[in-house]
Amino acid sequence: MTLLAFDWALLIEKLVLIAVIVFGSLGIALYTTFAERKVAAVLQDRPGPNRAGPFGLLQPFADGLKLMMKEEIIPNTSNKVLFILGPGLAMTAALMTCAVIPWSSHVELFDRKIELQIADINIGILYVFGVVSMGVYGIMIGGWASNNKFSLMAALRGASQAISYELAMGLALIAVLMLSGSLSLKAIVGEQMADGNYWNIVYQPLGFLIFFVCALAECNRTPFDLPEAENELNFGYHQEYSSMKLGFYLFAEYVNMIMSSAVMACLYFGGYDIPFLDESTLAPNVAALLGIGALLTKIVIFIFIFMWIRWTIPRFRYDQLMNLGWKTMIPLALANMLITGALILWKTGV
Amino acid sequence: MSITEILFFFLSALAIFSAIMVLVSRNPVHSVLWLIAVFFAISGHYILLNAQFLAIVNLIVYAGAIMVLFLFVIMLMNLNKESERNKHVWMKLAGAVSGGCFLMVLVSLVRQAKDFQEKTALMGTGDIGLIKNLGKALFSDFVVPFEISSVLFLSAMVGAVVIGKKE
Repeated sequence: MTLLAFDWALLIEKLVLIAVIVFGSLGIALYTTFAERKVAAVLQDRPGPNRAGPFGLLQPFADGLKLMMKEEIIPNTSNKVLFILGPGLAMTAALMTCAVIPWSSHVELFDRKIELQIADINIGILYVFGVVSMGVYGIMIGGWASNNKFSLMAALRGASQAISYELAMGLALIAVLMLSGSLSLKAIVGEQMADGNYWNIVYQPLGFLIFFVCALAECNRTPFDLPEAENELNFGYHQEYSSMKLGFYLFAEYVNMIMSSAVMACLYFGGYDIPFLDESTLAPNVAALLGIGALLTKIVIFIFIFMWIRWTIPRFRYDQLMNLGWKTMIPLALANMLITGALILWKTGV
Repeated sequence: MSITEILFFFLSALAIFSAIMVLVSRNPVHSVLWLIAVFFAISGHYILLNAQFLAIVNLIVYAGAIMVLFLFVIMLMNLNKESERNKHVWMKLAGAVSGGCFLMVLVSLVRQAKDFQEKTALMGTGDIGLIKNLGKALFSDFVVPFEISSVLFLSAMVGAVVIGKKE
């Protein structure tokens, strides 16, 4: 059989890895919804969900069950195919990012060296951008197919917001790429782990700030949650959705949060690097497990900051949002890029 | 057939089918979505040719940005199939004939051109499409056209701002 002559072991390895990472992300997202409610409760000085199971730990399953059991309503006047495609696209785009994130170094199992990254492509971070720009379609198609004025307005807002902040995000990223000289996330993390190098946050504090604000906007999190501003748009682009299709939209937001936290951790905070520890002195498997732990810790900290911001800061007005994006973020990112480039030239002495 | 060939034929079939669906769909929003599928298939071809950078830039720029603007316009104008006026049968016939002639010219051009003869595509082996080589070529051999095109983009941006600005 020459038809299918390729490394089956590699295929199985990758499939297992994909399954673990996708279900792991969904599991974390499940408990992120719980954490959101608990953090909100702490910040507002109330107990939060505490009835389902010990400390309310079964709450996300109760929520999920409720969403599944609700009646599924598809409006008469909507475009049925696109109405169903919308939440699916949102979820797919959210999950696709995880393919290029290096979750840790490699483990050695069954005499194989297994990289804990689904695909180390040499355009890694651009792939993330490509997927993020696909995420807009989930919102736009869902909002338009609902055939509801509020949904359409929210979808247009969401899409223009995402496009506006993608620009500043890309410009902030260019400075990081100048430092590391590679687009592969694994190489960027490796660069930060190398001896004598610090994490990129040391070299790029302004760049990180810009990237973080843009990540908030891309995830539609407060203060940038204009697409679901309920006091002007009722409920936003998913107003006509019910049951698990609504659940997919809400869930995709949490998956997006996890993925953008992971990307930020890799770009600016050393990815799976443990501070003040030389991983090469450890056995590879131990180092890999500790690395996963380190990356997850960084992700959890970022998610907490996302939530902290959500329950502290009120929402922007739409013109404020656009002014911030185009008149503050983009000039700042450009200046950051120029300064970084000049400093690199000065240091290398060309 | 190797995996590459299977992928090539699959992507080609996908591209042609989606392109036909772009034309056949009555609903303009469906047309735009099928056009995005065409871009995905073409990006797949780029990846087969080992031009990863081109592939992803094609997706980001065309599928991610330009098509979103198309969708914006179509959604805001709310074009529906009812609003599409029926064209006369002679119009359709004339379109088919002229389109067919154009296709024939293109095919004969590709078959006879010296540049295309006795050349095979580098499947997965060429490396000019990788970002490092592409960047070096753009900033050394093609630096003048590259910079001129950037000035062109700048003038287009300024023009858009001037037109969009209120009095």
